[in-house]
This record gives sequence, C-alpha cells and structure tokens, in this order.
Amino acid sequence: MELIYFDNNATTMVDKRVIEAMHPYFAQKYGNPSSIYDLGAEAGKALKASREVITEFLGAKDPKEIIFNSCASEGANTVIKGVLELDKARKHLITTRVEHPCVMTVHQELEKKGYKVSYVDVDYNGDLDVKQLESLVTPETALVSVMWANNETGAIYPVEQIARIVKEKSPTTKVFVDAVQIAGKRQLNVKDTDIDFLVISGHKFHAPKGVGVLYIKSGNILKPLIEGGHQERGKRAGTENVPYIAGIARAAELAMENIVEENTKVKALRDRLEEGILKNVFNASLNSKSRERMCNTTNIGFEYIEGELILLHLNDLGICASSGSACTSGSLEPSHVLKAMGTPFTCLHGSIRLSLSRYNTEQEVDYVVKHLPEVIDKIAGISPFQKELAELRKNR
Amino acid sequence: MWEYSDKVKELYKNPKNVGSIENADAIGEAGSLSCGDALKIYLKIDENNVITDAKFQTFGCGSAVAASSILTEMVVGKTVEEAKKITNKQIVEELGGLPAEKIHCSVMGYEALEDALKDYDTGNGDAKKEIKKDPSNKIICHCFDVSEKDIVKAIKEKGITTLEGITEATYAGGACGRCKEQLQNILDEVNGEKICEKTPPQSIMSEAQFVLAVNKVIEKVIASELSKDSGGIELIDVKDKDVYVKLTGACEHCPRSHDTLKNFVQAQLRECVDEAINVIEA
Repeated sequence: MELIYFDNNATTMVDKRVIEAMHPYFAQKYGNPSSIYDLGAEAGKALKASREVITEFLGAKDPKEIIFNSCASEGANTVIKGVLELDKARKHLITTRVEHPCVMTVHQELEKKGYKVSYVDVDYNGDLDVKQLESLVTPETALVSVMWANNETGAIYPVEQIARIVKEKSPTTKVFVDAVQIAGKRQLNVKDTDIDFLVISGHKFHAPKGVGVLYIKSGNILKPLIEGGHQERGKRAGTENVPYIAGIARAAELAMENIVEENTKVKALRDRLEEGILKNVFNASLNSKSRERMCNTTNIGFEYIEGELILLHLNDLGICASSGSACTSGSLEPSHVLKAMGTPFTCLHGSIRLSLSRYNTEQEVDYVVKHLPEVIDKIAGISPFQKELAELRKNR
Repeated sequence: MWEYSDKVKELYKNPKNVGSIENADAIGEAGSLSCGDALKIYLKIDENNVITDAKFQTFGCGSAVAASSILTEMVVGKTVEEAKKITNKQIVEELGGLPAEKIHCSVMGYEALEDALKDYDTGNGDAKKEIKKDPSNKIICHCFDVSEKDIVKAIKEKGITTLEGITEATYAGGACGRCKEQLQNILDEVNGEKICEKTPPQSIMSEAQFVLAVNKVIEKVIASELSKDSGGIELIDVKDKDVYVKLTGACEHCPRSHDTLKNFVQAQLRECVDEAINVIEA
C-alpha cells in the first residue's frame, strides 16, 4: 500500500481540476487586475467571477462582503485586531478554550495589553457550554470569537444559535466565526445568521495553501491589517493573487458539488475506520464524542502509550495522521483542546487524529484497521504501565 | 517536523533491552504519565559493582525510546561509579544528535539512571552517597548542563541583558526551553543589582556623603553578591578617592580576589558613586 493520507484537517491535496483552473493565470492571463489594458481586465474578470462563486459558497448576500487574502490566520488577525482598533471603548472579549492556536494566541497577547478575555469551557464530550457563553456577554463585550468546527475532534459548535444569543443580549457586540474546518463539508448560509465576520482557508478543501477568504457582513467596519492599496475595497492591500483566487473559487465549486458525497461516502469511511479501530485495538477509546461532529474526523486515545511514537510507526507504513501529544507539538505542550475536555492523562498523550477526504478509499481504511493493532501492541510492549495494560486486555 | 538521525530511527523501530528484570539490584524512574514521558530502568549489578544487565520500559516518543535504549547499552559492562558519570550529552552523542526540542528526552534517561544508582550501596562505605551537588553550582539548564554559577559569570563578564544573550554565551535555554523562567530570574537579579542610582560626583558631595554612598553600594550590592560564593567585604577607610576594603570569608584567601576587587568592586563603585574611585585592599 502506498501513501495513505488520513490528515486532511491539517491540509488537503489540491484537486487536479483546481490546478487546471489556476493555470492560465500564471503565464497567459497574468495581468494585474488593476491595470487598464486588456490583459489586466481579463484578470479582473476572473477575480469578479471568483468572488461570485465564494459569495454562493458561503451563502453571503453580496460579493462586496467577500475579501480575498492569504489564509484564515491572516483573516483572524484582521478581524480581532481590526474590530478593537475601531472600538477602543470596550475591552472585553469572549472566546473558547478550544480555538485554533492562531485565535488563542491573539487573545493571549491582548490579555497582556490589558484586555479582559473570557474563555468558554467545553465538557467531557467536547461540546461548548453555551449557557456559560451567554452569561458572559455584556454590553461591554466588543467581540465573541467561536470556531464552527473543531480541527482536532471534529466537534461542530452551534455558532448560528450563539450569534443570535449574543445579539439578543448585546446588539453591538460583534461575532466572529472561524469556519476553516466546516467550509466544504456543509453548505453555509451566513446571510441568514447574525455572524458579522467569518474566515476560511483554501487548503482545507483541495485548493492550494496561501489563499483564504474573509467575510465581512455589510454594515460592519474594521481597520485593515494590511494597508497601502485600494485592492479588496481598501480592506486588504496587495496585488490580488489571481491564480490562487481562481483556485479557491474552483475548489469551492467542486466542494459544493461534492457536499452530499462528503456527508455520505466520506462519513461512511470515517465510521468504518473508527469502528474498526475501537473494536480491534484493546486500549482504544473515543475522544470525539460531541453531539454533532464533522463527517470526516475521528480522534481516538490509546491508553498508556505515546502519540508521536504511534505516528512514527504509522509513517513507516505510509500512513499519515496527527496527534495531540506533547511530543508532537513544537511547544511540548499537549493538545489544549483535549486538555480542555478533561481527557484523562492515560490517553491525552496517546491521542491520534484521523481525518479523511473524498480521495480516501475503503481499501485504505481496511489496511489501517488491519495494521494498527500490531503497531499498538508493539508500542504497548515497551510501556512501563504493563499492569494497567494487562487489565485493559482482560476487560476486552 | 524534526529530522531524526539514522541511529534514533533504528532504535525507535527496534529498541534493544526492552523489558524488566525480576530481582533487579537497582530500579530507577523518571517522568510521568501526565507530562507525556515516563521511563523505568532496571539494572543487575554483580559483586564487583559492575552492571551486568540493563532493561528499560518507556512511555514516550521516538527520542525517548531511542535514548532509553542506548542508555541501557551504554551502562552494561560499566561499574556503578562509571555509570554515574554518564551525562545526557553523552547519550545525545551516542544517538548521533537529537533535535533541540527533544534533548529533554536524553535528560530523562540521565535522571532515571541517577535515580537507580543514588541509593545503591557499592559496599565501599558510600551507601546512600548521592552525587553531591554544590548548592551554589546548581544546574539550571539540564539539557546543556549549565550551572547558575556559569550563567551569572557570563552575564557579568559579557554585560548580557537578554535571554538570547545568555543562550548565545552559554547554550542555556537553547533546547527544550523549560529553564527560561529561571534564566530570566537570574538575569533580573544580576542586572537589577547593577542598577543603582548614580549619585552626584564627589565635588558636590560632602566627605560624609561620599563615604555613606560608598558604604551603601558595598553593603547593598557588592556584599550580597560576594556572599553567594561565601565571600564578604568590609569598608575600612576612605581617603580622597581611594577606598580601602578588606575581603573576608572565602574571598580572603581566594587567588582571584585581586580580580574581584578590580573587576567587580571597583567597577561597581565607579558606576554607582564616582568614576575616579580607586579600590585598594587594606
């Protein structure tokens, strides 16, 4: 078996049709959309068409609400900092304990500058405490930032309900949603929600890395992060990355076409993988237990063994996955998401995330289910927790 | 993310000496489930204090498995005394190097070995003999074996004011980074002492004020620093811009006392009181 790529929440393979759609804009229609001549106008046309596709992809009301940029990290920085720049009176922010490191870090840095940040908890299943969030909102709250779907566990949060609750309590408080993981897996309809700002990243739905979208609902203003050009209606300076924008638009079209397949075929593969592992590996326990979950993700803890070692052995078999263990993070801290869920230490460092895409097959799933038990057994043989592991085997 | 050496790859795939020893003569543990790395090492030691067998069990990453495995190979055939001298640097060298973020895995191996041997009675009357650690020579950075003394010395000699400066001069803080908070505390303490109010030049100060100013620096800044090395200083006399002092305690008979007087005491007084001060040993 060759490469088995089960890490699609980290990044995805670019669809061949996306590469085709990008191609003309490198060496043929390479004009700057701001230029007056025909070559520029052609690029401008592609930009306009791409914007319309993304408007539909997000279910936005108006293409004016769509800003192209480099990625969701840029978008998140733009929103959080840009909102606060224009709302100097308010110093209270709300976010959750399970956000992407980019959003977390920006909030932590703001705390050092004197902002007060409230972090909403999740329960043992990974579900957000919406009641707690509601209680934290006051007219002094400038911004509430919540992710739509969690990259580690796949948990889906009720952001539409949350946005409504926020506006009912404090109509001037802004709502920012990180939709990076959910985009392409569910048809979004932001115009019918109270969400003010939203970000996505192309490389999570088979567009290349380096292109993203920031949605700004009409009526909202924020100070741009990158100034110095009129592009994107003055909201994000820099010559538009036309080939990549054409790419993300094509990827969005394909994602919309494949939404049913994502939620049926890919979901069935994920379920098969998850059930197979939980049934055949004696020390496996499911971390992803939220009420609603993304169709492609499973996060499983393997008790009394360590995640990086599991990944190294899987890599030797051509299998790509990721882990929440301390030893796989650059910071040597374990997954803040699993910690926030209260995942026990026995499997916190031994948790593996597997995330599929429409390119994965049943043979791949069966191969992993077949070979994972022997990998786990080998690693379990080295563990100092032999007594505890023997108990688990017995209870099996 | 990080590149492992061929040796590390070979060992995490096929570690040597995995397991436990019944009736082991020494058992050592390090780390824990909660921190994501735990190691248990078992040793068999003969009547000549030679380690004849070693086994290990690890809950940890590729580096941890490789470091533990190579450690068991390194200790077999060595005497207890020889094994006690093994450092984590040697473990890293045997592995052909480890990524900076993973050096703490080798430290764990060293700590487990230390734990195993600390209570081992070699029968030479040194039962329960610990590797005596000089408190003033406390190791701050375990990854690179850098003591507090080394760090303070570097800060003073090179006028370091940042963490990066410390790492550049001593390597401390350059691997796992867990000692950075301690490094910052040391930096603040050392540099904080140097920050003294510059008093006005002698022409404005009366003689009495000058003496008081000198004494203040000697007591507050200089004496407290020297006391960390069990030394001391006394102000004996002040004549014009000559300040007579006597070094006491460990400083009294230290061959480097002359340097201490010139480089440290005189420098501090010149900075804090008057540039023209000369320090003379009474």
